Amino acid sequence: MIKHKKIVGYTDRISAAPGDTVGFMVSCYDGVTRYRADVVRLISGDLHPEGAGFKETVLDTPAAGDFPGREQKIHAGSHAEIADRTPFSALSSFTLQAMIWPTTPQRGRQALLGAWSEPEQRGYALMIGDDAAPMLVLGDGQGNIETVSTAKPLQERKWCFVGASFDAETRTACVVQVPSVEYPLADSTAEVRRTVATNAPVTVEAPFMIAAVYDGETGGRAIGAHHYNGKIESPRVANRALDRETMTALMQRPIPAGLLPAVVAAWDFSRAIPTVHIEDVSPNRLDGTLVNLPARAMTGHAWTGEEMNWQHAPEQYGAVHFHEDDIHDAGWEVDFELVIPETMKSGVYAARLASGSDEDRIPFFVRPPRGVRTADLALLIPTASYWAYANEHMAIEASDYEAFSGHLTSLNPEDLFLNSHPEFGHSLYDVFTDGSGVCYSSRLRPVLNMRPGVTISWVGLGGNMPWQFNADLHIVDWLEAMGHDYDVITDDDLDAEGLPLIDGYHAVMTGTHPEYYSTRMWDAVEAYLGRGGRLMYMGGNGFYSRVAYSDAVPGAIELRRTEVEFREKSGAPGEYYHSFNGEYGGIWRRIGRPPGGLVGVGMAVEGFDICGYYRRKPGSHDPRAAFIFDGVDDDIIGNFGVVGGGAAGIELDRCDTSLGSPPHTLVLASSEGLSNHYFPTVEDCLVVSSGLGAMDNPQARGDMVFFETPNGGGVFSTSSMSWSGSLSHNNYDNNVSRITDNVLRRFLDPTPL
Amino acid sequence: MYKIDPTRMDLVEEFRANPVGNHSADLQQMLNVVRAEPFPGKYVLICVKPHREWVLGRLSGVRGDPVEILEDRVFTRAEDAEWEVFRRRWKALTGECLD
Ligand SMILES: [Fe+2]
Repeated sequence: MIKHKKIVGYTDRISAAPGDTVGFMVSCYDGVTRYRADVVRLISGDLHPEGAGFKETVLDTPAAGDFPGREQKIHAGSHAEIADRTPFSALSSFTLQAMIWPTTPQRGRQALLGAWSEPEQRGYALMIGDDAAPMLVLGDGQGNIETVSTAKPLQERKWCFVGASFDAETRTACVVQVPSVEYPLADSTAEVRRTVATNAPVTVEAPFMIAAVYDGETGGRAIGAHHYNGKIESPRVANRALDRETMTALMQRPIPAGLLPAVVAAWDFSRAIPTVHIEDVSPNRLDGTLVNLPARAMTGHAWTGEEMNWQHAPEQYGAVHFHEDDIHDAGWEVDFELVIPETMKSGVYAARLASGSDEDRIPFFVRPPRGVRTADLALLIPTASYWAYANEHMAIEASDYEAFSGHLTSLNPEDLFLNSHPEFGHSLYDVFTDGSGVCYSSRLRPVLNMRPGVTISWVGLGGNMPWQFNADLHIVDWLEAMGHDYDVITDDDLDAEGLPLIDGYHAVMTGTHPEYYSTRMWDAVEAYLGRGGRLMYMGGNGFYSRVAYSDAVPGAIELRRTEVEFREKSGAPGEYYHSFNGEYGGIWRRIGRPPGGLVGVGMAVEGFDICGYYRRKPGSHDPRAAFIFDGVDDDIIGNFGVVGGGAAGIELDRCDTSLGSPPHTLVLASSEGLSNHYFPTVEDCLVVSSGLGAMDNPQARGDMVFFETPNGGGVFSTSSMSWSGSLSHNNYDNNVSRITDNVLRRFLDPTPL
Repeated sequence: MYKIDPTRMDLVEEFRANPVGNHSADLQQMLNVVRAEPFPGKYVLICVKPHREWVLGRLSGVRGDPVEILEDRVFTRAEDAEWEVFRRRWKALTGECLD
């Protein structure tokens, strides 16, 4: 009875212009061996019984056809891989060592560093064993495996020096464990030495890895096994067995001259932090690559707490935090491609994959040809916010989501699929297996909550409040129904190209939830408005958090959460600066750019049970607002709609000079009818007391606003995430639709406001 | 700590009439307990047909562990599922049956 996902996919690019090639990667399950692919233009994903209905148009493209399908795997888990295998392949005697901060030492075997082939059981590696103690593993590939362990469990989230040496001549192996702090009664310092029987020297062809060991290859990429959870700092390799004092000396920077003949590699993770490269500071320059985006710019064992910015004291930020459930690029093979035809209109599209009992639609966006505008309106798709929420699964692991949202949570086939495929990774709202927060998210994997018709488990009873991509289609549907021409562009384009992308459009319209903004995106919108541009902010909780894209890490965004903001997990102290670009993360309000400065309003309140409506304020009768309310006599706006029953809901922003609202901001209407399950955003709760809910709290409201910007521009903010769910009511003839249409028509008119 | 008063049938009726949205302070206080049902076994809805059909499920609380799906009863109104889960929790919390 319950539908099971049997086919999923993703694209190699999210936005494409005519002439660009989009690659589609597909994976099939449960015996599906063939599927049909069609390219469709998406208009509406509204499955609400009273909604606009599901609307798509099939296009005749060369990409359509029947294709063979098979399962393509995602290999989650982060590690480092060293490109040059030779220096490590025949080390007869050696030392391996690092500072570590393990987060799940009790979670079974986890590799720290070494050259070990898991399929062959051959090589050498320092690992954490099933007893949570560090151990050296030696294997000759002939079935002879030796392990030497300290047998003393590592302590969770405590820094510890671990080292292992092997002397080939005497066949003596030694493992050293020295915690940075020896707690009373802890007994976790150890030095264990014994002679082993293995036939040294151990030779191995597997690549040297950090935080995992080699487990074969797929599609030319090495796979890791026994992924480690926790931080690693200053891993070192030497070509002879060092005693404990010499191991300690080798941790120094720079490397003592007397040890230069012995050192094979000494990686300094505080270098090249914005990239996925790790640098070897020994003369051998055995640099490596981080796979699957472990967290960089992490506090190291010597972080003092005096410095919060990694750029000011990189030597204190030499740790990388690895997770068994990190994922960057799924790396699947391309199944089919589409060269965007010159005639393909800018818009929202998808590859529709049908495999008998299941189907998937992989959305992508067609932008106009570069440097060309094919309409006066640009619809700016909030892809950064899609990536922030990509594959979120909070309600499955956090038991308070029902109490939080005020109704039972509701799982879709997509949620059930993600639950049984944890390797599809996390959103920026989820928590890693080891309990640490997620600070990178990638689009280079199927993002199953960015689908037409797919709702989110904890927003609205039974999934009755579409949100993000599916809600943004309400805007697309309305533009189509009303006959407005529009170009589609995305956050990813705006971050890459800045102001030139939007300069010249008469108006720019946002999606329903443009929460995440990079500095480059923010600057572009600000500059656009300063030059007379017009912005229709069609949502709530917008312009809230600062993210970073990276040229060095394609397909990913980063968010370092800080002390205050709505979130599941704060960043750890000292780790609030983005590794991608060194900027301070968190919410824009705390960076001196409150959203009100851009759009006249800032995040005020959120609730997920029912939606309210707007009631007009005196500002709506100001002559400056006459064009907005032309033909609208109603006092109450939007007490209808398919998203929670009203146009004021889910997340709303208020006009407030303390949130940056310009003094001439006209408040047109304010929300009413929010339940007491609507709570103020946490950064407004400096003192917590009863009476926080929207019924009792005048700050917990949304304000619809308008204000003029320099050079004849203007901003209209609906300030409500559910606004667009009311557009189609009564066949698009209603006061929400009328107001939106009035504003759009005036904004498209170049006459200065 | 607050304890549910099993004689407050007025609150039960209030919930039944309007399971989602604004509630009286007394009902909200009760729901704070009822809806805080812990893992494992926390009830959820499983969507069969979007906006139209649901069954109940129970969560393990551990990602990767399967969600138990209770296919014996299909709900065509999510509010009816709210009431059914409320009844089950009420029984577990108070020992009393509601019909
Ligand atoms: Fe949000």
